[in-house]
Amino acid sequence: MSDRSHQALPPEAIVIGASAGALQALSELLPLLPADYPLPILIVVHIRPDRDSVLAHLFQSKCAISVREAEDKEPIQPGTAYFAPPDYHLLVEQDHTLSLSSEEPVFFSRPSIDVLFESAADAYGEGLTGLVLTGANQDGALGLKTIVDAGGTAIVQNPQGAYATAMPEAAIAQCPQAKIMTIEDISAYLLDLGRNHPGRNSRA
Amino acid sequence: MSEEPVSTGLLSERVEDIEIHLLLEGLYRRYHYDFRNYAQASIKRRLRQAREQLGYRSISALQHDVLHDPDMLPRLLSYLTVQVSEVFRDPSYFKAIREKVIPHLRTYPSLRIWIAGCSTGEELYSFVILFREEGLEQRTLFYATDINQDALAKAEAGIYDLDRFQLFTENHRKSGGKSSLSDYYTAAYGKGAFDKSLRNRVVFSDHSLVTDAVFAEMHLISCRNVLIYFDRPLQDRAVGLFKDSLARKGFLGLGSKESLRFSQHTASFSELAPGDKIYQRLDR
Ligand SMILES: C[S@@+](CC[C@H](N)C(=O)[O-])C[C@H]1O[C@@H](n2cnc3c(N)ncnc32)[C@H](O)[C@@H]1O
Repeated sequence: MSDRSHQALPPEAIVIGASAGALQALSELLPLLPADYPLPILIVVHIRPDRDSVLAHLFQSKCAISVREAEDKEPIQPGTAYFAPPDYHLLVEQDHTLSLSSEEPVFFSRPSIDVLFESAADAYGEGLTGLVLTGANQDGALGLKTIVDAGGTAIVQNPQGAYATAMPEAAIAQCPQAKIMTIEDISAYLLDLGRNHPGRNSRA
Repeated sequence: MSEEPVSTGLLSERVEDIEIHLLLEGLYRRYHYDFRNYAQASIKRRLRQAREQLGYRSISALQHDVLHDPDMLPRLLSYLTVQVSEVFRDPSYFKAIREKVIPHLRTYPSLRIWIAGCSTGEELYSFVILFREEGLEQRTLFYATDINQDALAKAEAGIYDLDRFQLFTENHRKSGGKSSLSDYYTAAYGKGAFDKSLRNRVVFSDHSLVTDAVFAEMHLISCRNVLIYFDRPLQDRAVGLFKDSLARKGFLGLGSKESLRFSQHTASFSELAPGDKIYQRLDR
């Protein structure tokens, strides 16, 4: 089902944004990925700023890929999922390292999905796949458009199956080119991206 | 031939990168503000914001005005330097200072504390209040430095929106505060103003961690949420500066998501409170 096989460059990274209902949605995606999954996954989930970082711990135990909270200046590794820490924006640098920032919240959110998506679009261009999942706000919509404008691929969770519809709806409105998929389809799609990836067997 | 497409495709992205590079180079050569080795992703984001909000077609158009008109500089700096802070931000950090650092500091007859990148002053007032509560204020000199003059002026004024004081008060309490924050400010016309006695022992000054040198020997340096804006070599320079200005066994506090883990100076420090990012300079 992948239509990426014609592309000269293999996909390089996946970014995911989610808000209300995020835990459920991510629980249906991340644990399916095999330990040798060749792509890095960068994730922003809106979470109250005073909350200790629980997400990485939570998913670490459920997932075959390694899951951790992003650290400032760390090089992005394949097969690893990075969560933005609470109260910091997460950005991708041109040299594929991560940086954090405490600049103003965007749409009341820090971390912000738009901030991650825009910087990742700059760093990865057409190698980037962006996913907007369930959520009750409009963060991520502009970022997803930036990804498409830079030649990347946009996917939005079908609002019909989403716990909260506003975020996927805003993303679709801003980015009509986005593929609209159920969580099951998204899972299959992500597995496919990995399966067809040339880097799969060279790194483990 | 033809101009480059105005689309946001890859081609025009590269033009923007060139413009950013030239603007940062120009800022350095004209005004000696050096953002050339800051973490680029967030600089880029903030320059895009500046371009849009100041009404420029391109970053080079913005650069033209900044180079020719010094009055534009503070306006651009307000975008390039992130000014986000809170009184007793991350209460557990201040709790750790109270419980693990203060007992050491008590043994010195006089103390020098450096708040590097103090922004609009919230972190400084947190320290002065804490030191007053611990009975150390009178033997301490506080140095509050930043590269942003407007922020320093606000720090010196010590006036903040009153609706922020609820959070400040909560943070102060969680940090183990021994008094009521309301003892230290007066409220009027929607603002809260910190008591000017809190500034008796404070020196405010313009100092850059990128281009300036060590200026005194310190017992404690707190530099929070500044290093994340630097690239790795620049972080090394700043931490080197801290190392050189710390007294033997002096303390260094960083932001909650900053660490010396990737630093070339890791070996010069021990971790005093790892979770709260407080380090102690090792004896040489
Ligand atoms: C996000 S604020 C941190 C405020 C405060 N330390 C805190 O954690 O709440 C970052 C500050 O670093 C300052 N800064 C940026 N570059 C600097 C440099 N080269 N030297 C000193 N301060 C700098 C900015 O002007 C800004 O005030």
